[in-house]
Amino acid sequence: MRRVADREGTLAWLFLMPSVVYILALVGVPFILAVGFALSDVTSGDPSFDFVGLRNFDAIFDDPVFWRSLSNTFLFTGVSMFFIVIFGKVLANILIADFKGKWVVRFLVLLPWTTPVTLGAISWLWLLDSIFSPVDWVLREVGLLGEQNSLLGAQSNMYWLGEPGLAMGSVIAVHVWRLTPLAAVIMMAGLVAIPRDLEEAARVDGAGYWRRMFEVTIPLTLPVIAVSALFGAIFTFTDMAVVDVLTNGGPNNATQVLTSWAFFRGIDGGDVGQGAAVALFLFPLLLAAAIAILRAVRRLEVR
Amino acid sequence: MAFWRRAGLYLLAIGAAFFCAAPFLWSLITAFKQNRDLYNPANNPFVFNRPATSDHIIYLFTKAAFGTFAWNTLWVGILVVVITLALSLPAAYALARLDRPWAGWFGIAIFLVYLVPPSLLFLSLSRIVVALGLQDNTWSLVLIYPTITIPVSIWLLIGFLKAVPRDIEEQAMVDGYSRLGAFWRAVVPLTFPGIVAVIVFAFTLTASEFIYALSFVSPSTEKVISTGVPTELVRGDVFFWQSLQAATVIVALPLALVFNLFLDKFVAGFTQGAVKG
Repeated sequence: MRRVADREGTLAWLFLMPSVVYILALVGVPFILAVGFALSDVTSGDPSFDFVGLRNFDAIFDDPVFWRSLSNTFLFTGVSMFFIVIFGKVLANILIADFKGKWVVRFLVLLPWTTPVTLGAISWLWLLDSIFSPVDWVLREVGLLGEQNSLLGAQSNMYWLGEPGLAMGSVIAVHVWRLTPLAAVIMMAGLVAIPRDLEEAARVDGAGYWRRMFEVTIPLTLPVIAVSALFGAIFTFTDMAVVDVLTNGGPNNATQVLTSWAFFRGIDGGDVGQGAAVALFLFPLLLAAAIAILRAVRRLEVR
Repeated sequence: MAFWRRAGLYLLAIGAAFFCAAPFLWSLITAFKQNRDLYNPANNPFVFNRPATSDHIIYLFTKAAFGTFAWNTLWVGILVVVITLALSLPAAYALARLDRPWAGWFGIAIFLVYLVPPSLLFLSLSRIVVALGLQDNTWSLVLIYPTITIPVSIWLLIGFLKAVPRDIEEQAMVDGYSRLGAFWRAVVPLTFPGIVAVIVFAFTLTASEFIYALSFVSPSTEKVISTGVPTELVRGDVFFWQSLQAATVIVALPLALVFNLFLDKFVAGFTQGAVKG
């Protein structure tokens, strides 16, 4: 009996080792390297490694663009997560209901998430074009834009990606559009997981729609919503694809986020040390979010 | 009352579908437009003011190496999926079934790896890629992408593996299979829905990855769709709009179709992973 247990132990390690080695080599090592870069003066022109302490951090903290990017990152994450959770919940409730043509609706609803993000964002880039935007065309047709006393102004276009406030709004809207289907799928999983008999029991006990909603559905799905919200927040926090395609951080850094700024500094600008410092600045925030996720998951397990 | 609730549901469903799919509809119309039609702000952008043309779709395949990008995305995706399954399936089995006392702790550690984002690693990873001599080579993506997909896949597969009744592998071992044989012949076939979910999930993650692909690979013959299309069809300030939109539609439809086919299985896997993991 003991031999079997021993062999299981060996087998467990044999099965785990490839994944562990792979992850240690290609996540663990680069992570340590990133810390090293952040404390050094490595640039793409001069790859020699000289320790400079916290000088890179001093330099980025002195840079107003960094603070701009930081507050943009929080704004971008906070506002888009708010809408993603609400729309995701509504969408999940729709997708879970039984109706004819469900398959087609689901197919269309999934499109934003399954399309590679750069391609989806390019569709939007054309949709929000500064001259040929069909949104502007509709606004002009209904008289909200382009005439002397129009509600949105006399200019012929909105410049969705050219005005700082509008640009941020557009970037957030596109990100919400793209992530809502994923949020819906995850929340759907949560709704499906509610034991049917529990709802039935509440119905038999005479609980109305709203009471069932607040006393059965919401408490039972809350952990899943919390987990998906935190997953989404981390994803949003570190995502730059939408920003990169739509505005490239502009106009005048109005939509610059930490990740795009790190990319701009580290790859385009060649200052690897500063880029790494900007990127590393994210980590404590992510770790805090990770702890929050794990606590939420534990609550799920307790259930 | 029931009728109105029904009508409301349909209205919401149609509204949601429209909101999600509208940009693609717009892409579809744009893709077939002539330049003289497209670049006239007075034209109604939703109809064809001049006859439709397929010139820009032909351009996409003949001049812009779209075929190369699609092919690169496909083979990178397939190889990444194979590597991901080969590594994560045994790892998930070890964590779900082999009753090690540290399994729970290990699962959490893997969960944490998922939270380390590409944006934190791409600078040092591009150094590692250079050191390995893989810069500007699509193989660098084959090497690096599994670091994104393996943690998620382990997490997903644990859920599916826990749903397989223990009796089945015990029976297989009574029948004379070794533990390894029982895993391969009895457990793996029963985990098939989970494997399918991992295939779909890993492939879509890979196809849409952007940061690594942008920082590791610059020659156009080595690019994948997510970086090749935006960089090759945008020349300075000149956007090849119709070809860009055509590329979006050509890629989006098949991916969403496949994803939808497996959605139910995916949802099942995700729930189990999150609740019991």
